[in-house]
Amino acid sequence: MLSFVIFLPLAGVAAIALLPREREGWAKWIAAGVAAAVLAGVLILFAAYDRDPGGYQFIDQHGWLESGVSQFKLQYIVGVDGLSLPLVLLTAFLSGVAILISWRVEMRPKEYFAWLLVLETSLLGVFSALDFVLFFLFWEIELIPMYFLISIWGSGRRVYSAWKYVLYTLFGSSFMLVGLLVLGFTAGTFDIRELGQIDEIKDAIIPVQAIFFLILIAFAIKLPVVPFHTWLPDAHTDAPTAVSVILAGVLLKMGGYGILRLSFSIMPDVARDVSVWLAAFAVVSILYGALVTLMQTDLKRLIAYSSVSHMGYVLLGASALGTVGLTGASMQMFTHGLITGMLFVLVGMVYDRAHTREIGALSGLAQRMPFITTMMVLAGLASLGLPSLAGFVSEVMVFLGTFEHHEFLTILGVIGIVLSAGYILWMIQRVFWGELDPRWEGLTDATAWWERGPLLAMGLVVLLVGIYPAVMIDLFESGVAPIAERLA
Amino acid sequence: MESVNRFGPELILLATAGIIVLFDLALPVAGEWAGRRRRAGVVVLALAGVAGSIVWSSLLIVFDQEGEAFSGMMTLDKFALFFNFLFAGIAAIVILASVDLLRRSRFQGEYFALVLTSTAGMMLLASTIDLIAIFVALELQAISLYVMVAFLKDGRSSEAGLKFLLLGAISTAVTLYGMAYLFGLSGSTSLAEIAEFVAQAGPDSRSALVLAAVFLAAGLGFKMAVVPFQMWVPDVYEGAPTPVTAYLSVASKAAGFAVVMRVFVVGLGDGTISGDWAYMFAIIAAISMSVGNLMALVQTNIKRMLAYSSIAQAGTFLIGLAAVAAVEPRLLLGTSSVVFFLATYAFTNLGAFIGVIAISNKIKSDEIADYAGVARRSPLLALGLTLCLLSLTGIPPTAGFIAKLYVFNSAVQADLVWLAMVGVLNSVVSAYYYLRVVLNMYTGEPASEEGIQPGPYLAVAMTISVVGLLVVGVFPNPLVQASEAAVSVFG
Repeated sequence: MLSFVIFLPLAGVAAIALLPREREGWAKWIAAGVAAAVLAGVLILFAAYDRDPGGYQFIDQHGWLESGVSQFKLQYIVGVDGLSLPLVLLTAFLSGVAILISWRVEMRPKEYFAWLLVLETSLLGVFSALDFVLFFLFWEIELIPMYFLISIWGSGRRVYSAWKYVLYTLFGSSFMLVGLLVLGFTAGTFDIRELGQIDEIKDAIIPVQAIFFLILIAFAIKLPVVPFHTWLPDAHTDAPTAVSVILAGVLLKMGGYGILRLSFSIMPDVARDVSVWLAAFAVVSILYGALVTLMQTDLKRLIAYSSVSHMGYVLLGASALGTVGLTGASMQMFTHGLITGMLFVLVGMVYDRAHTREIGALSGLAQRMPFITTMMVLAGLASLGLPSLAGFVSEVMVFLGTFEHHEFLTILGVIGIVLSAGYILWMIQRVFWGELDPRWEGLTDATAWWERGPLLAMGLVVLLVGIYPAVMIDLFESGVAPIAERLA
Repeated sequence: MESVNRFGPELILLATAGIIVLFDLALPVAGEWAGRRRRAGVVVLALAGVAGSIVWSSLLIVFDQEGEAFSGMMTLDKFALFFNFLFAGIAAIVILASVDLLRRSRFQGEYFALVLTSTAGMMLLASTIDLIAIFVALELQAISLYVMVAFLKDGRSSEAGLKFLLLGAISTAVTLYGMAYLFGLSGSTSLAEIAEFVAQAGPDSRSALVLAAVFLAAGLGFKMAVVPFQMWVPDVYEGAPTPVTAYLSVASKAAGFAVVMRVFVVGLGDGTISGDWAYMFAIIAAISMSVGNLMALVQTNIKRMLAYSSIAQAGTFLIGLAAVAAVEPRLLLGTSSVVFFLATYAFTNLGAFIGVIAISNKIKSDEIADYAGVARRSPLLALGLTLCLLSLTGIPPTAGFIAKLYVFNSAVQADLVWLAMVGVLNSVVSAYYYLRVVLNMYTGEPASEEGIQPGPYLAVAMTISVVGLLVVGVFPNPLVQASEAAVSVFG
C-alpha cells in the first residue's frame, strides 16, 4: 500500500506523457486527480497506523542489489513511523495544494505537471525510505524536477537560482554519500532500522565524528543552517509559486528529518558531544535569519528569509536531545510547512494580481482583497506563534525542551520570536492596511475555487492543529521517543 | 578444434568482415544495388555477424566450454565471455549509429568490416593470458581503429587519424618495453608464470618490477585514455566521425581496462608490487578525474566536452582498480565494480553520442550553444540525451548512479576514503557541464522550429541505450551478478 502510494504519481506522469498535444489542458486534471488519490491513500494510512505499538509500519521489503562476493547489499525497504508519517501526510497535502494553485499555468503544462508529480514521488520516497542508500536515491532524484521547475517556469534570475540550488545540494549530498558508504561498510548494513540500534560504531576506517559531519553537512545545507543558507532566498524567490510552496513546505524538512532519523539516531554519542554547537548554530540561524528578514523589501524574499529563522527552531529543538525538544522540532517542521506554504500561496496571489512584490509599492490591499487579507493575517499570526494557532505549540515545546540543556542559548533564541512578530506584523501593516494606492484600484480578491479551496483547507488545518495539537504531537512523540532514548 | 570452437565468436566476426568486403566488391556500383539497398545489405550482414557471435558465445556458456586455448596463449573464461557480450553489444549499436554517416560514402563495406575486425581484436584482447597474444590482439584492434578515425578523409579526420597512429605506435612501443622487462625477469611470457615469479620475487628485483609496471601502465594508459596519457583524446575525438568517436570512447576504453585487469590483477597481483601499483592507479585516478572534469567545464564543442568527460570517467573506473590491490586480501568488489561500470558506461556514452549524431545531423553544428531549444524540436530525442547525461553525472534512477555507488563503495572498503571523496566532489563538477547541455536544450530559444527526426537506425540504437540504462538503474542485480561472475576468475 505504501509503495503504491509512493509510485502512484509516476503513473500520473505516464498518463500525462501520453496526452496528445491538443489535449494538453487535461494535464492539470490528471495531476489533480492523482494528487487527490495520493492524499486519500496517505489519509487511509494515517488512520490505519496503529499508534499503540508505534514503530515502523506498512513495511515493504525487497532485495534490490546483492553482491555475492563481498559485503554490499542494498534493499528496497519503505515504511513509516510516528516521525515520518506526518511528513508524508504534509507532502501529499502540499503537493495537492501546489497543483491546484498552478491551475493557470499555460506554459508547457504537460511538462510542468509531470515534473510536479515526479517531485511528489521523490519526496514521499525520502520520508518513507528505510534503507540509507534508497533514502539517498530519492534525495538525489528530487533535484531533477526542481532544476527544471525553477529554471523553466521561474522568474527573475531563474537559471542562476536553479544552478545554485542544484550545486549546493549536490555538494552536500556528495559528502553524505561518502559518509553513508563508510557507515554502511562499518556497520555491515544500510538498513536504517538496524543502523538505529547498533550500540557503538567501532573500528570505522575514519573517526565516527568525521562520519557524523560528512552526513550532517548535507542536512545542514538543506535545512538550511546559516552559513549554508545562501541558496535558499534565491531559489525561493525565483521559483514559481507552487514550487516555493513545496520547497519551503516539504524540501527543507528533508534536512530536519535527516538530522533526527539518521545523524542523531545512528550516532547518538557524537550528537551528545556536539549538541551545544548545534544549538549555537541554531541560535545564529534564528537571529541572523530574523534580522535579515526585517530588512527585506521583496515580499517573497521576506517569507523566504523567515524560513531560515524558523528552521533554526528545528535545529534548536533537536539540540535539546530530549523527547520534548525533539517533538517540538518535528512539530515545528510540520507547522512551518503548513504556515509558510500558506504564506507563499498568498504572496503568489498578490504578485499575480499586482505584478510586483515590492513591499514599498503595495499598500491598502485589504480594501480590495478581504479574503486574501484574512488568510494572510491568520497565517501571519500562526507564523509568529500566537497561541491557539499551529505555530505556538511547536515553538513552546522547542523552548521548553532546550532550556534545561542550553539556558543561555535558549534565551537568545526567544528573541527570535519578538523579531518574527516584528517582521510579520510590519509586513501586513505596510502591504494590507493603510491608504489604498489608486494603482491598485482594479485588483480583485481570490475568488476561483482553485484559489479559495487550498487556502481554506490550509487555514483549517492551521486552526485545527493549533486548537488540538495532540492529533500530531502524540504521533511525533511516539516517533521521536526511540531516538530520545538513544540520546539519553 | 577445441581452440577454434572456443574462439568461434571472434572467428565469426572476422569471417563476416571478409564476406562483407567481398559482397561489396562483387555487386555492381550502379543500378538497383547502388544506393539504399546496398547499404541495407551491408548493415544486415554486419548485424548478422554480430548476432552470430552473440549466439555462439551464449552456446559456449550453455555447453560449458570454458578452458584454455591455443596452447595457453588464450583462455575462454567468464571474464572473456562477459567482454564478448559487451563488445558485441557495442558493435551492434555502433553499426546502427553509423548508417547515416555512410549515406554518401563509397566505402560502406570497408567501414563495417573494420568495425567487425576491431571488435574481434577487442574480444581477443579480453581473452589473452600471454604477453605475445596481448600484443597481437592490441595491434589487431588498434590498426582497424586508426583507419576508422581517418575515414572521412577530410583535413581534420586525417589529422586525427595520423595523430592517433603516431601516438598509438609510441604507446605500443612503451607497452612492449614494459613487457620486455617482465619477460627478462621471469623468463616467461605467460601471465600465470609471471605471477608465480612476482609472488616470490625478492627485494632485489622489486625496482625492475616497478619499472615494468610503470611502462605497462603508461602504454596501456593510452588505451584507457587517462591523464597523463590523454593528449590525443580531444583532437582525435573531435576529428573522427562521430560514430567512430562513440566507438573509441567506449570499446577501446573497455578493451584497455580489460587487458590492464588481466596484466595487473593476474600477472602483478601478488607480492609487494601490488600495493605499489594500487597507489599509482589511485593517484592517476584522482588526477584524471580532476583534470578531465576541469577541462570539460570550459569546452564549447560537445564532442570535445564528451572527450574530456571520458577522461574523467576513466579516472573513476581506475578507482575500482586501485581498490583491488590497496588492501589485503584482494578486494574482488573493486574489479567487479570496474566491469559493471564499463558495461553501464558503454550504454550511457553510446546513447549520448547517438543523441549528438542525431542532433548534429540536423543542425550541422557540434557547438553546445546551438543545442538551444532542441527539446522543442524533438522532445523524445532531448529526453533520451538528457537521461544519458544524467546517467553520466550519476543521478538516479539511471545506471550511472549505481555504477558510481558501486565504485565509491569499493574505494571505501579498500580504505581509500580520500579517493572516494575526490570522486564524489568531481561528480559535482561534472554535473555542471552535463546539465548545462540539458538546460540549453530545454530553456534555450531554438534557431528554427523545424522538427528533428532521427532516422530509424539511430532511433533504434538510442532506444536500446536509454532502455538499457534505465533498466539497469532500477534493476541492477542481474548485471551485478554477471560482473561478479566475470571477475571470479581473479579470485
